[in-house]
Amino acid sequence: MPLLDVKGLKTYFYTNRGVVKAVDGASFTVNENEIFCLVGETGCGKSVTALSIMRLIFPPGKILSGKALYKEEDLLKIPESEMQKIRGREISMVFQNPMNSLNPVFTIGYQISEAPTVHFNLSKKEAWKRTTDLIRDVKITDADTRAKCYPHVLSGGMRQRTMMAMMLSCNPNLLIADEPTTSLDVTIQAQILDLLIEIKKKRRMSVILITHNFGLVAEFGDRVAVMYCGKVVEIGDVTTIFRNPLHPYTRGLLRCLPIGYKRKSKLGFIPGTLPSPIDTPSGCSFHPRCEHSTKSCKLREPELVEYEKNHFVACHLYER
Amino acid sequence: MEHLVEVQDLKKSFLTKGGIFGKSSDVKAVDGVDLYLNKGETLGVVGESGCGKTTLGRLVLRLIKPTSGKINFDEVDITNLSERKLLWLRKRTGMVFQDPSASLNPRMNIRSTLKRPLVVHGIKDKNTIQKRIIEMLEKVGLNEDQLERFPHQISGGQQQRVAIARAIMLNPDLVVLDEPTSSLDVSVQAQILNLLLKLQRDLNLTYLFITHDLVVERHVSDRIVVMYCGKILESADTDELLGNTMHPYTVSLFSSTPIPNPHLKSTNRFIVGGEPPSLIHPPRGCRFHPRCPYAEGKCKKVEPKLVEAAKDHFLACHKFEEIDLLTYVKRFWKLMERLN
Repeated sequence: MPLLDVKGLKTYFYTNRGVVKAVDGASFTVNENEIFCLVGETGCGKSVTALSIMRLIFPPGKILSGKALYKEEDLLKIPESEMQKIRGREISMVFQNPMNSLNPVFTIGYQISEAPTVHFNLSKKEAWKRTTDLIRDVKITDADTRAKCYPHVLSGGMRQRTMMAMMLSCNPNLLIADEPTTSLDVTIQAQILDLLIEIKKKRRMSVILITHNFGLVAEFGDRVAVMYCGKVVEIGDVTTIFRNPLHPYTRGLLRCLPIGYKRKSKLGFIPGTLPSPIDTPSGCSFHPRCEHSTKSCKLREPELVEYEKNHFVACHLYER
Repeated sequence: MEHLVEVQDLKKSFLTKGGIFGKSSDVKAVDGVDLYLNKGETLGVVGESGCGKTTLGRLVLRLIKPTSGKINFDEVDITNLSERKLLWLRKRTGMVFQDPSASLNPRMNIRSTLKRPLVVHGIKDKNTIQKRIIEMLEKVGLNEDQLERFPHQISGGQQQRVAIARAIMLNPDLVVLDEPTSSLDVSVQAQILNLLLKLQRDLNLTYLFITHDLVVERHVSDRIVVMYCGKILESADTDELLGNTMHPYTVSLFSSTPIPNPHLKSTNRFIVGGEPPSLIHPPRGCRFHPRCPYAEGKCKKVEPKLVEAAKDHFLACHKFEEIDLLTYVKRFWKLMERLN
């Protein structure tokens, strides 16, 4: 029984220039106690997928259809008041740029204590204790003084730790981390991700790690879903996907990485460019760039099918 | 081999005004760097943000004036030349920046952007200009109908192609590439890297390739220098540096770099705590000592000099003879074995 089951999620944005199909029928499951990676290039809909699960889509955006079953409850159907109990308490989210998600006029201690105060009705004293414990949990030294700091005095790494403390404050079962380390340096990135793994193990929670970096997927992920043009094109165990990628897009992406090549030799590449999200190609959205494309690729959209155990792919090449 | 660029004890500090009383302080962005570039090679500069790698790139092109030290370009001392006397250098060098949407003028279409360097350097004949623009456009893989477009009308990858075309418009010898693929997606990054490698072969260009991405650096560079806090800590040929890494900082940098191959996943990584220090008050002694688990008395007091620890392998560390961190970089060897 998966923890989260997303089925046929569609989120469109109705802009002046046309309908942007940001997420267009994405399906995947997240199991308990695993790190599930959503990987894809800019504009493939990974962030919007996460925001849709949290129901944080505002006009002109709209969640058109689909299901997001969390513990057998459809997050997309329940009333907003119920959803508020889920956000932070059950599912919480870390964003890419910590400076934009922290409020500059409140101390970090106040911001961390806010959610548990609301969710658990804590007294001031209890909240403060909880806050300093959390700050210690994310390995910030000198918790009592740090809690009284404002975000601008902290470094990027510290801010991201603060964000994590905030997200962990209500013991969520599922953490959605949207490019949590993209704005950080590699040595800091390694510290933050090691911390994330440690906390994940200690609290036995699941993590959806959204990233464009295949290095992070290989290093930290258990399972991975590859997205293209708002759709999930392939899902599988990380080792399987790297050893035996099926979808031509996944294969192309892995060939683009400058590893497994002799120095200064020519890298593989995917011809063409990403299609405009307003005017996505018919049928399989990858067909204009695909070397195996046939007539049926242009006409019919392939479905996500289980090609081998736990390895799903949406491509006509593998339909039987 | 002939050196195209030679840099000696180069320093650059910026004055910043802090606080309401305007107390000014020195930010030592580059603090005593020696390096050289051979003709036709790619020198990679790796380091984290704020280590001075971009400042170094700008200094080499004399876009900014050094505080002290010496820069030679093709055996001419360019350290203190005035802007007017530098015009010949501008013709022989080019630069490509990280974010193409910010480095291209949004009000100029592609044609004017590419025409600009030619006009500045006194080429007035319309036919010559047109011919040159078309020729360069083909070289970077764009076509003629994109000439009238503006930067916002083309994709990020195409913008970077325009920026590259602009940099090589005047047939330069040296191109400084400052994180040229960092803002691009993997599939576009591969296209741009292929383009850069092809241009280097065709036009015999020398590259100073600045990046924080070690996996990219390994692919494109002949030699790599590792910078930290305005200083060079280690430099060697790419294979030597990756195969015989000595400096604890370099090892931690390599160890922190995620490698896109789950079989080389390592639980045994050398991760240092802490964060890069302030450039206004850099630590005494070795710049890395507050984060280095091997630091002892001497490291805190005496600054290590860059010495030749193995053939053509330079290192600034007091303790390299005592410590052996090679177990942590073995996964990089595996990466290389598969490649060479």
